Amino acid sequence: MSDDIYREIILDHYRNPRNKGRLPNPDVSIHDSNPLCGDEIDMHLKVEEDKITDIKFEGRGCAISQASASMLTEMVLNKPLKHVKDLVKEDILENIGLTNLGPARIKCALLSLKVLKMSMVKYYADRDPESASKYENEPGAY
Amino acid sequence: MQKSALSVYEIRQDFPILKRKVGDNKTLVYLDNAATTQKPFSVINAIHDYYSNYNANIHRAVHQLGEEATLAYEQTREKVAKFINASSTEEIIFTRNATEAINLVSYAWGRKNVNDGQSIVITEMEHHSNIVPWQILSGEKNAKLCYIGVDDRGYLRMEDYKSFLDKSNVGLISLSEMSNVLGTIVPLNEIIKMAHRDGIPVLVDAAQSVPHLPVDVQKTDCDFLAFSAHKMLGPTGVGILYVKRKILEEMPPFIGGGDMIKEVHKQNTVYNDLPYRFEGGTPNIAGVIGFGAALDYLNRIGMNRVRDHEIDITKYAMSALADIKDVILYGPLDANDRGGVISFNIADIHPHDLATIMNERGVAIRSGHHCAQVLMERLDVPATSRASFYIYNTKEEVDIFIDALHNARRIFKL
Ligand SMILES: Cc1ncc(COP(=O)(O)O)c(C=O)c1O
Repeated sequence: MSDDIYREIILDHYRNPRNKGRLPNPDVSIHDSNPLCGDEIDMHLKVEEDKITDIKFEGRGCAISQASASMLTEMVLNKPLKHVKDLVKEDILENIGLTNLGPARIKCALLSLKVLKMSMVKYYADRDPESASKYENEPGAY
Repeated sequence: MQKSALSVYEIRQDFPILKRKVGDNKTLVYLDNAATTQKPFSVINAIHDYYSNYNANIHRAVHQLGEEATLAYEQTREKVAKFINASSTEEIIFTRNATEAINLVSYAWGRKNVNDGQSIVITEMEHHSNIVPWQILSGEKNAKLCYIGVDDRGYLRMEDYKSFLDKSNVGLISLSEMSNVLGTIVPLNEIIKMAHRDGIPVLVDAAQSVPHLPVDVQKTDCDFLAFSAHKMLGPTGVGILYVKRKILEEMPPFIGGGDMIKEVHKQNTVYNDLPYRFEGGTPNIAGVIGFGAALDYLNRIGMNRVRDHEIDITKYAMSALADIKDVILYGPLDANDRGGVISFNIADIHPHDLATIMNERGVAIRSGHHCAQVLMERLDVPATSRASFYIYNTKEEVDIFIDALHNARRIFKL
């Protein structure tokens, strides 16, 4: 089982994360952590004409949380920002190839998605507080 | 030393859970004893017996069940007093856990006795339950919270302590006798002697020490001592606070309500005698009775033998760990200066990943900050893995643990 989780690709993204670091002038930056295990993720986004034109993450934590963040940045780069709203946990778990994680470890895999969604909501809230709520997911939606 | 009357293999027979399989039919190797320990039949049966045969509320009932329940509950108080060598049962207060015991002191005693401008001295290796109550109190009282540092070998920096005593107006010292992360056992006698020379009271967080070492409150002369039953074979939901009688007599109550009163009138109340004054509301009767059976069990083994067993297994595990490439061990290297708690990291394997991989072999270890984030900052790590032992752990289990570590190295291609 562990051999299935910690496949080459997860270890590769863990040890050689893509898009890791900061952005000079991000349009939005959000930090969050997982109180259960202390994993931390910061997301920094550059957005032009509602497209994610650059994205970087910072973070520390387990291989699953960090590889998942790295893979998520690749997945959404150059995609429309509002599509972030439609991402659900299955998208992430399939993307990283881990569909049978236990409940404790799923939180690690999904932390970066949570931070990305928070970033999107904040981006719209900063620009148009009235309409920002339409980008928020229902509780438990993803 | 007395020849062991009970071997660890015999002890294991008393713990039903140790027979269960986990995951893919693996025998459980339970190495998370610093978080909570497993329970022997005698404890489980004592709780079962109470609910099956004499369940009743205590202290006021005149009927037979009430009398039996009260007797059993109070017998545990006697056993606790004896176990830590308190001078009387009046000094033993039951709470929900060690955390509540510490909070009881901070709210009831601290609010009255810690004053504006004073310092509360704790250490960098405290559990959150011995940090947060003092942050709350120092916020309310405009007091200062001072930390005795931890040196690179995992020992307290006694020079910090001396300088706090010399330079600040210290109102209380509160520290754990044994760290739940580093295992460090602190020089308690010396610390308390120095504090008392200046008339400063000392609270001992004994959550990790009473379960693993002989503890004598009269010998150390501590003023407050807090621990949890669930870390020493007892049930969850029972904590113990020992307070020296002359402090207790002056201490205002914490939780008001039934049981803690003698007389209640419209505008005033006459509080009950010690220690009942501090036990408002119906307590965890079954839990306290179960804890009595846990104390009997430990007494049968003897705390010196518990300690010897843990030194032995800790030495064995530490030397095996030290042989593994890229393992970093935290805390004192001398097993005589530490308890059976080993925190470590291994190369770039995050503790959560390690715990997941170990779990597959049936090995239960803990990973994370262990409710000691101040210490994690001091060690400059986000988390550690931790294996912790108790009376039923064997060297064979350590071997399985070490083998699982090698497997983790393989999976991480190290
Ligand atoms: C040193 C120390 N203090 C306090 C506690 C808190 O114990 P409880 O959660 O039972 O209140 C623990 C438990 O992990 C501990 O290890």
